[in-house]
Amino acid sequence: MTDVLEPRAIGRDLLRRDGGLKVRGTAVYADETPVPEGAGPPAYCRVVTSTVARGRIVDLDTTAAEALDGVQRVLTHATAEHLASTEDRELAVLQDAEVGFRGQIVAAVLADSDEIAREAAGLVEVRYAAEATNAELRAELRADRTDLYTPEKVNAGHETDTATGNMDDALALAPVTLERTYRTPMQHNNPMEPHATSALWTGTHLTLWDSTQSVHRVRDTVVQVFGLAPEQVRVVCPYVGGGFGSKGTPHANVVTAALAARALPGRLVRFALTRQEMFALAGHRTPTIQRLQLAAERDGTLRGIAIDVVEQTSKVKEFAEQTGVPTRTMYAAPNRRTTHRLAALDVPVPSWMRAPGECPGMFGPEVALDELAVELGIDPVELRIRNEPEVDPETGRPFSSRNLVACLRAGAERFGWADRDPEPGTRRVDGWWVGTGVAASVYPTIRMTKSTATVRREGDRYVGRIGAADLGTGAYTVLPQILADALGVDEARVDVLLGDTDLPEASVAGGSSGTTTWGSALVEAAREFRDEFGDDPREGDEAAADVPPNPAEQEYVMSAFGAQFAEVRVHADTGEVRVPRLYGVFACGRIVNPRTARSQLLGGMTMGLGMALHEQSLLDPRTGAVVNHDLAEYHVPANADVADLQAHWLDEDDPYVNPMGSKGVGEIGIVGTAAAVANAAWHATGVRVRDLPITLDKVLG
Amino acid sequence: MRPFAYDRPDTAAAAVAAVADRPDAAFLGGGTNLVDHLRLGIADPGLLVDVTSLTSTEIVDIDGGLRIGAGVTNADLAADPRVRARLPVLAAALLSGASGQLRNMATTGGNPLQRTRCPYFQDPASACNKRVPGSGCAAIGGATRNHAILGASEHCIATHPSDMAVALAALDTQVRILGPDGGRTLAFTDLHRLPGDTPEQDTELAHGELITAIDVSYPRGRHAYRKVRDRASYAFALVSVAAVLDVVDGTVLDARIALGGVAHTPWRAVRAEDTLRGGPATEEAFAAAAEAELADARPQPGFDGGNAFKIPLARRTLTATLRQTTPRETA
Repeated sequence: MTDVLEPRAIGRDLLRRDGGLKVRGTAVYADETPVPEGAGPPAYCRVVTSTVARGRIVDLDTTAAEALDGVQRVLTHATAEHLASTEDRELAVLQDAEVGFRGQIVAAVLADSDEIAREAAGLVEVRYAAEATNAELRAELRADRTDLYTPEKVNAGHETDTATGNMDDALALAPVTLERTYRTPMQHNNPMEPHATSALWTGTHLTLWDSTQSVHRVRDTVVQVFGLAPEQVRVVCPYVGGGFGSKGTPHANVVTAALAARALPGRLVRFALTRQEMFALAGHRTPTIQRLQLAAERDGTLRGIAIDVVEQTSKVKEFAEQTGVPTRTMYAAPNRRTTHRLAALDVPVPSWMRAPGECPGMFGPEVALDELAVELGIDPVELRIRNEPEVDPETGRPFSSRNLVACLRAGAERFGWADRDPEPGTRRVDGWWVGTGVAASVYPTIRMTKSTATVRREGDRYVGRIGAADLGTGAYTVLPQILADALGVDEARVDVLLGDTDLPEASVAGGSSGTTTWGSALVEAAREFRDEFGDDPREGDEAAADVPPNPAEQEYVMSAFGAQFAEVRVHADTGEVRVPRLYGVFACGRIVNPRTARSQLLGGMTMGLGMALHEQSLLDPRTGAVVNHDLAEYHVPANADVADLQAHWLDEDDPYVNPMGSKGVGEIGIVGTAAAVANAAWHATGVRVRDLPITLDKVLG
Repeated sequence: MRPFAYDRPDTAAAAVAAVADRPDAAFLGGGTNLVDHLRLGIADPGLLVDVTSLTSTEIVDIDGGLRIGAGVTNADLAADPRVRARLPVLAAALLSGASGQLRNMATTGGNPLQRTRCPYFQDPASACNKRVPGSGCAAIGGATRNHAILGASEHCIATHPSDMAVALAALDTQVRILGPDGGRTLAFTDLHRLPGDTPEQDTELAHGELITAIDVSYPRGRHAYRKVRDRASYAFALVSVAAVLDVVDGTVLDARIALGGVAHTPWRAVRAEDTLRGGPATEEAFAAAAEAELADARPQPGFDGGNAFKIPLARRTLTATLRQTTPRETA
């Protein structure tokens, strides 16, 4: 059990410290970085991207581009510097003539203005020897592909396959079985701020002002790729206009910016991806095909649960989404199987997108459970409660806290679930079929192993330092709350500086781990500080600490849980699907700041709503191109799609997770939302949609 | 994108002369479509002639209707009390289009002239007969959810994206045009072209011709505009219906109907109108009208599932919209 802080600042509904700057437009983002003193005039980078998905560049003519007034350099695989490491093929920018996906960077133009760079990029002539005709291109994910393979591990180091008991026997012996296939589409993160970097190479030293979820990860990557020493590279990122995972690992754009800066020493080079380029260069969520098998008693007790997942990766680099992982922990069942198979396709490199694994991986199972509830005539809330495990089914370890049942009950109460008539397609109001649905949410509570914080006395204030990132999540606001309570001082006397590799090393803002990890490091540093300097420190007194390991992690499984309830209306004439009510109730430990936490949960639920109804990247199997690569065609919810959206939480005391008693809130909101909406759409219409998004053509049938 | 010249003449006639003089010149209105196309590298004018202050921004009464200056923004037009009271189908269509920000920029003259919408047209790396005549049509067999079910050709299956134009096509609308040789008037329903084998030509306007105003007559009857789309706002129509039905004692005296999202043009539903006129305003008659209008509809297969669903969707939406224009007791 950890020593949990007495909450004084923690739990307060404090305003975002960076809110005013952002509202006034004075927060400086990567692409707006002022030209540092001593640097020459800024230069602008625009790239040329491949128009084939698999092949080789046979001719690349830059003559016209280079002849244009104001063009400084055109970098190609023939002229760009050789990188020290090309092991990560996603980052091996301009190193050879091979093309591995459509939209790959094949040239970079550096010019005195953005307009000149763009014009010059349009003048670069590229000829390819395409290695594949359209018919041969491998760009379509199907479960019957013969080239599926088993990855060694899946994302976050999870086992690829697991098996407990005997699922086949369970299916053979159980009185009720259900087998269904569910699909989620390819999706793309679309943060408002595109991936952008301003880069300056002084001859010995590289500075990157980069929009990233981890300045240290960018630094370490660039150090490795370019063969530099860590002290030669500084990465700065005060503000991020959204990331959702797409800025969690550096992509090719960062390497391109560094290449560009090194080609123009002394000039600040700006490089921002266009929205269209983001659909090839900033990662995506793989489409998933999920075969679910359930074996149950007539009273709903699960005898077996299995999920077999097929998904894609790029042949350029493997990323295996851990879609089957949540099924390992959600419900009690003595017989279980989870598997992952991949197809390596001629597609861009997949990567993290909010709640990788849990988000798609709680769609199939949570709809399957609803289908089982219907088949058994058991209320879907009750069916989940009946399968609540006493310990983690996968490891046999107890949960540090698990309040799924309490979330389901509280949500049902708040939503008015008790009066629900289970019969589908029977309620019509003003020309709309009306239905309700429920699904569960889960997200692990993750503490990263490396992060360091310092605490220093400056004037009459205390200043924490940690190279963490605030993606708009609230880190700038909640970390001072935590540090204040750790020091036992008023929150107004505490600052925490973030977003710079000159600050102590911090882990990535990902896996909903930021507050747990950075907060734990700050609390540890505060304890060191008080131990060393007492309650009356002198100016400049400073203590440092690493995030301590949490021994309780060996004894307990730590996760946040939640329940989401959706009301769906489907227009009787047109099939249009709307969600007038979406309520989430979560148990995610102690809430450090209700304002920023609610914003995270509502944001996750809104993104889950988009997953349910809108989001779908249309990858043309003939060309490997994402056809709908802009925000007019790739739909995310508009304001009018979001109606009565509510996020609530239970007071949950968990003494094991960390000194704050908090669990992450960044991702759980997106988990389960789509299933709740799909289940409600079935209840409204009687039409079961098993492949997302739920568009009107699918419900019209 | 390449450098272009920008000119802002003093009069509409001078603007027309400036564009007519140069084959690579284009008029610039609100810029909500053209500027996007410049950025995407799919429009490449050498000269932009800004007409935003050269055409009228007034809406004036004319006999039995309104003359809408080409410079009137979509936002102002939708808010005009006469439009709201007497042309509610137009107000509703305008407000269902784009976003508040775009409606503040888009103009009456420019909106109907936005190019047809197709992601393959907007991607310079894809084959497109509209962008490069003779290069082929990548949309056929591609992602076709938003593509045409009526009047398409083997050369182009794109759809016209405007909502405003669907309402104008249903109404009695005349387009006032200034060209190098003087003025002329064109029925709005004659403005847009089906793709045929020249999909690069969206309209019947000659190079250098400028829309200066649009005249709309007040129709008799009840109005409705119904737009069906994949999200609640800021999405192009999968199918939209503009309808004005004049029903007296249960009999349809006149019907004005147009469909959006289904063709290269705002689609005047002449067959549906003919079916209804003089007959009863009943559910059966509405269904028969919809059936008649969609009789020649053809789906486009696509890797995204294609757009066959739009044919029944158009029928259902048309029927529902006609129902909406009819007093309940007669429906």
